Amino acid sequence: MEQLAQFYAVYGSVINFIGINALLALSLNFTLAAGMLSLGNAAFAGIGGYTAGILTVHLKAPLIVSLCGGSLMAGVVGLLLGMPVLRLKGVFLAMATLAFGEVVRIAAVNLDITGGAEGLTGIPNITRTWMIFLALALAAYFMATLRRSRIGWGLISIREDETAAACLGVDITYYKVVAFTIGAMVAGFAGAMYAHLNYLITPRDFGFFIAVDLLVYNIVGGTRIWYGPILGAALLTALPEILRGVGVAAGPVRLAVNGVILLLVILFLPNGLASLFTRLRPVAVKTGRAERT
Amino acid sequence: MNLSVDNISRSFGGVQALMDVSFEVELGTIHGLIGPNGAGKTTLINILSGVLPPTHGQVLYQGLSLHHLPAHQVAALGVARTFQNIRLFPTMTCLENVQAGQHLTAERPLMPRLLRLPSAGREDRELEERARDNLVRVGLGDRASHPARSLSYGERRRLEIARALALNPSLLLLDEPVAGMRRGEAAEVADLIRSLVQGGMTILLIEHNMAFVMEICSCITVLNFGRVITTGSPDAVRRHRDVIEAYLGSERGDA
Repeated sequence: MEQLAQFYAVYGSVINFIGINALLALSLNFTLAAGMLSLGNAAFAGIGGYTAGILTVHLKAPLIVSLCGGSLMAGVVGLLLGMPVLRLKGVFLAMATLAFGEVVRIAAVNLDITGGAEGLTGIPNITRTWMIFLALALAAYFMATLRRSRIGWGLISIREDETAAACLGVDITYYKVVAFTIGAMVAGFAGAMYAHLNYLITPRDFGFFIAVDLLVYNIVGGTRIWYGPILGAALLTALPEILRGVGVAAGPVRLAVNGVILLLVILFLPNGLASLFTRLRPVAVKTGRAERT
Repeated sequence: MNLSVDNISRSFGGVQALMDVSFEVELGTIHGLIGPNGAGKTTLINILSGVLPPTHGQVLYQGLSLHHLPAHQVAALGVARTFQNIRLFPTMTCLENVQAGQHLTAERPLMPRLLRLPSAGREDRELEERARDNLVRVGLGDRASHPARSLSYGERRRLEIARALALNPSLLLLDEPVAGMRRGEAAEVADLIRSLVQGGMTILLIEHNMAFVMEICSCITVLNFGRVITTGSPDAVRRHRDVIEAYLGSERGDA
């Protein structure tokens, strides 16, 4: 028990960030489930973080109100952005959401209420580890259950083949907007918790590199099952600590190791680390390989 | 109250794929759509299913205009289809493909599932049972847990039919349902199609296998270069001069 407390004292912040990153990765998984490549979820986290921070700092709102407010604001923006943007596909959607991320960042730098380039300061550190992992557990449960609901079947059909899905009666645009909005809300919630963990939130916290990191978490962990993004986020967030443990300093080496892991996963585990654990998918993976060779 | 195709035209840039195509499909029958490659058959199926809008003209089904309805709304009116180039959901199993096809016939509400209510489990079991019945119907009963992409070509075509049947359609559009099938397999599909029509369904099918078309269709429309040559019974179509010419070329042919 004492050892556990000691472990937490040393690694508590890493554990918190694993939870936050896992939640962010999961938020992107809602859009990836429908085959949509979005780079906007980091920006949604930023919107959630700023909104929640403003609610707490300026309006003295209680934590739960701030968190939900941040999530809701991100959801509203997601809905408004999704309706026009989700007519785009593949790399065009990625570009549009990337541009949106820049708009959010530049807005955060230039607005007064967000504190400009220095960011919004004075946010109390009141997010607790249990809150992060409770939110993560609920989001994961929601994701796992969603897949067996009408929405989930529709989203997966869209990912597999949009035209065929439409001919089965799936309202493509509606379901895409729903998935995008849910993803934005989850990202906003994660961003709001981050703001209350970090004392401040700055425009850099949810920039382009974070957007790409979220995608990498999903690819490394696997996009096809709810624990895939969680695995990916956990591994890659803990990696600097692991590397330090074996005597490698943080910095460029970490990025190189990230790249190697990503490459190995793409080459040998096209369905991500999660495919090591699933009972069902190895069948699909095997036949996939057989077809390629 | 038939399916009427009314003066449909469709162009792609400068290419006129369909010109003033009109014909009627009597409900409860098997109607064939034939013609040489590039005649515009698949374009017409795409228009009927809402995948493509027509440039001109309209489609009436059961008195309703399908004009500019998107594909998912056409499906909601009871129109299901298969694809010439087979568009299954490749990473799903056969059973899951059919379950995905139940989108319009199933409720699958989220809330009872989140709360783990027994009603959700009951619905899922019923839907799975129905999906298995559909697989049995097309002769894939023993393939339920196989991934769709592990199937043979003919099996994939039959799985697509099973998925379309999961919509409980009143009109089924089949784009080359027996292409690439062995004779015995094609005969099984013919039996299946006949049994569907006996159950009240209407079938419009494209097929290059003439023996198959002549045997099961009660009426055939022939397209060539985007125009209707003729619509009539298999015997009349077989003897029609322009049809023979379209398929075999004319005697004075300049080729």
